[in-house]
Amino acid sequence: MHCAKLAVVSNSDWLCVQMMKSKADEEDYWNSSKFKAFTFDDEDDEFSRLKESKQAVNSIRRLVEEDDDEDDVEKVSWSGEPVGSISWSVRETAASNQRTDREPTFPKINTDTPTLSKSNSGYSLSSLFKGKTKGGNFQSFNDSLSDLSVRLYAPELRKPKSEYKDYVSDWSPEETIQRMQQGKAFSLEKFRSLQDKLLLLDFAVSAHDGNVITAVLIYLKRTLGKEVLFRELESRQTALRHLIQYLTETRDQRLLLELLRSLCRTGPCTTGREHLSITDENKRRDFLKSCLSLPFSPEDSAHVQDHFTLLERQIIIEATDRQAERGGKVEIFQKFPRRASILNMPLVTTLYYCCFYHYTEPEGTYSSSLNIRQTFKISEKQYFVTALAARAKLKAWSDVDALFTSRNWLGFTRKKSPLSFQRVVDILQKNSAPTQVLQDYVALVDDAELRISLAQKHKCHDIVINTYRDLKDRQLLLGYRGKVERGSAEERKIDELLNNPRRRWK
Amino acid sequence: MAHSARRDSPELPDFSLLKRLARDQLVYLLEQLPGKKDLFIEADLMSPLDRIANVSTLKEHEVDKLYKVEYKPITSTSDQLCFLIRPRIKTVKWICDVANADKATGKFRRYKIIFTPQKFYACEAVLEEQGIFGDVTTDEWAFYLLPLDDDIISLELPEFFRDNFLAGDQRWVRTAGSALHLLHSLYGPFSKVYGIGRCSKMAYESWREQVAEGEQRTRQAEIGRVFLIDRDVDFVTPLCSQVVYEGLVDDIFRIKCGCVEFGPDVTSDKSVKVMLNSQDKVFNEIRNEHFSNVFGFLSQKARNLQTAYDKRRGMDIKQMKTFVSEELKGLKQEHRLLSLHIGASESIMKKKTKQDFQELLKTEHSLLEGFEIRECISFIEEHINRQVSMIQSLRLLCLLSITENGLMPKDYRSLKAQYLQSYGVDHLLTFANLRHLGLLVEQQPGETLTVMESKVGKLVNDKTAGKLTDAFSSLARKSNFRALSRRLNLVPKSGEEYDLRVPRDMAYIFSGAYVPLSCKLIEQVLERDGWTGLEEVTKLLNGNEFAVTGSNGADSKAKNDAQRIILVMFLGGCTFSEISALRFLGREKGYKFIVVATAITNSSRLLESLLDNHV
Repeated sequence: MHCAKLAVVSNSDWLCVQMMKSKADEEDYWNSSKFKAFTFDDEDDEFSRLKESKQAVNSIRRLVEEDDDEDDVEKVSWSGEPVGSISWSVRETAASNQRTDREPTFPKINTDTPTLSKSNSGYSLSSLFKGKTKGGNFQSFNDSLSDLSVRLYAPELRKPKSEYKDYVSDWSPEETIQRMQQGKAFSLEKFRSLQDKLLLLDFAVSAHDGNVITAVLIYLKRTLGKEVLFRELESRQTALRHLIQYLTETRDQRLLLELLRSLCRTGPCTTGREHLSITDENKRRDFLKSCLSLPFSPEDSAHVQDHFTLLERQIIIEATDRQAERGGKVEIFQKFPRRASILNMPLVTTLYYCCFYHYTEPEGTYSSSLNIRQTFKISEKQYFVTALAARAKLKAWSDVDALFTSRNWLGFTRKKSPLSFQRVVDILQKNSAPTQVLQDYVALVDDAELRISLAQKHKCHDIVINTYRDLKDRQLLLGYRGKVERGSAEERKIDELLNNPRRRWK
Repeated sequence: MAHSARRDSPELPDFSLLKRLARDQLVYLLEQLPGKKDLFIEADLMSPLDRIANVSTLKEHEVDKLYKVEYKPITSTSDQLCFLIRPRIKTVKWICDVANADKATGKFRRYKIIFTPQKFYACEAVLEEQGIFGDVTTDEWAFYLLPLDDDIISLELPEFFRDNFLAGDQRWVRTAGSALHLLHSLYGPFSKVYGIGRCSKMAYESWREQVAEGEQRTRQAEIGRVFLIDRDVDFVTPLCSQVVYEGLVDDIFRIKCGCVEFGPDVTSDKSVKVMLNSQDKVFNEIRNEHFSNVFGFLSQKARNLQTAYDKRRGMDIKQMKTFVSEELKGLKQEHRLLSLHIGASESIMKKKTKQDFQELLKTEHSLLEGFEIRECISFIEEHINRQVSMIQSLRLLCLLSITENGLMPKDYRSLKAQYLQSYGVDHLLTFANLRHLGLLVEQQPGETLTVMESKVGKLVNDKTAGKLTDAFSSLARKSNFRALSRRLNLVPKSGEEYDLRVPRDMAYIFSGAYVPLSCKLIEQVLERDGWTGLEEVTKLLNGNEFAVTGSNGADSKAKNDAQRIILVMFLGGCTFSEISALRFLGREKGYKFIVVATAITNSSRLLESLLDNHV
């Protein structure tokens, strides 16, 4: 049993996510209409309307189908297109009914991939299949199961034909799946035993047709108790994933959640994510709080905890700031009106916001940027980048300067940055810093070549000139003279250097 | 392209037949609902529909008004409604709402749903559940294949990728098989099929069964060989920045169904929609070129055009008349196209210099080479810290993970935490998806596991932890990129000069830095006529390779041109760069490739389909 379950549980992260998705609309389920029975009688509409009892339809269908088989021609296709229509001709060969035993032109390849999930329930396709060899249509599926199970279940495979007398037909599960694939009439109602149902499912899975797999699952969902269904799906990964996808698509959140819970009962994995659809921030906060108790993976639970703390924080800041903005007394909100609410924004955006509007606040307040940094353990680099961008945007150059200044124990100041100065220049430039500001930082770029190219790009002439001077490169300096403005201070400076007889050049 | 092609390349089959068949079938289906009717079209079917029919075709068959499906109550007053949709539960539910609303108000109408390319039982189940089954008639429009160009055919099913590879839903497998079957019956019989990937195998089987179900016609084959490949065999290629013109245009402007919308930044006027295909003579010459060559080409072209115009000078009246009637129109057309592509190139340049494209490419190339990984990581980190494009950061993270066979646990946690801080905790779901697909994973503990970590692991996960990890690691796809790259020689040695004007191999599509894995596999298999000798490679790719010969293929082999026409089907999407690479390969080896893709993809589309934060 373990092996099979592991295959499922190993995806616990993924399941976790599925569960988060599903919980969201659980509520909705109760308001929505109840699940209705569904059958696969896909006769013409005329037929379905006339349908008084299953028997009646079934008997008609048998006639139709028998006719079909004899003529070896499809009269009406699944979509109800008459033979000879354009669409029929396009699909040409798709839906003919012949069961040829002629050699296929291309060989069959083995599409089974070894999976971890070997059935333990005993009702696996492989085990059932051994009892029956039919024209070699199917080659080996999985020979891995012991003969014991074969002996156990094989006799169940087919009841004597007489027992089916009242049924539509006696199409085997295999034939039924084939007919479903080809869009022909079929009925699933006669597959009532668990063995038959699972056989049907296993054949659908081995046919690799998701459409048919889902169709069978819909039938199983309707006719099997969910405990049984879930139990059997644990060892059938492909079918399981189809059911999850189907429940997700139909927004059957309640069942989906139950399914995921039952799969996860051995492992750490449950959560919710309905907060995404909750628009009211207070409800959202409460929901997140309820999530905190859920057994997330330790790493992710820290993220969810942070998310909760952040939202709590945002609610407080938003309320205060909205009031301040409306009051019209706080200058910064007048000068730079807020473009959007801070609610539900990512942490870094929140930090930026606080660096922008609340930079000078003491660390004790909720909206202080330093407090945010502390609470969420924001890395030095991240804090630096964000504060830099925010203060540059406000053109608060002294704040920018202060960010870099560190004092050593002798009291000397020097500029330090966790970010390369090249990047610093880039950020400042993007926030339209003036040349005077830019050149302070361009000058701090270590690599001479890079420094020159940055200086040229941002027109920091002094730096270019000084660098060439330090490189003792008269040619380059001479060349650069042509690039500065006539009669400018830069030109004079170059001339001075060039004309200074005491200078030594390369 | 300046490159001289092999002269003996065979001609491509004519795929306009596919359009004609689709159009005829649609007309037939519309006629099944005689009389005036309003037609509701699913949004993502509009462009494909446009490629094969126009409004007058629809009007001719009594379509009165056209609406887009918008999941809102409808305003139509027609008593016959026709819905042209993809088989999606959401859309069917909406139609049920429409019909039930009519019922409630006592309004009688006739409804018809046309599913394309096929209907699903699950959709009919919805009709039944909602009590609408029988009130609507349903049909299938087998519009499987849309030719986007002479050598590109698309299934226009972008959801194929997510459904199949992420959700593990095989609903589109038969669709792929049917598409192949259609091509086989129109342009086959195929004589040889190669493939790699689980989905490819299943699609092959589905196709084979459909062939076996039907009758065989003997005809002269136009397409001889087929190669099927799953997108998850090669994730590296679609995650790289595209630098070939067509790919670059797709990355920046997004080509939709063979058509692109150039905004005012390109046209310096109002927006225009332009079809991009081989009919556009200017485009056709630059589409496969590395972007660095495009400017030179365009300016040469502009000069030629000027000369042609200048011919007018000194013409007499008669000469002028012939000039106007014969040449002027062509020149004007060329002029228009030229100025469009020059505008597009300028716009691309502007956008790319703004975001430090050069540095971005350098990082990508380092990742591909496995060089200076620490620097790459800090580059990505800064990207994230500065909240530069969410998708771009994700793309680099995935590229890092695939090329490095997963991130070290410490890096993984730190980058993930920073990513969530920058772009929102909702992306926890995105990370789970990426991990599930093997696109962004943590290296498996194993030897690198510290004592401390394993202790913590034990505390948290109890006894099952060990088994769990075992099960997971065997399930998770290892990318093995480094080993593959070495074996197939995907990354040329750095430092060698690569003349992008005279490409020497397919690596030119990535500035000479990387030969796309997908295309390299195709080249190798065609060369060897199978997978022999590639055993090590297929092992690294998780197996699932096959090469089969049809009974009709063995004898007619190599004689006719059809053997050199190769259909390559990408299950889960294909990029324009890959198409360019295959065109190059075709010219080198005298093949013609036809690319069939479930959709045209690129890094943004691929990753966007895996986001979960806005559902």
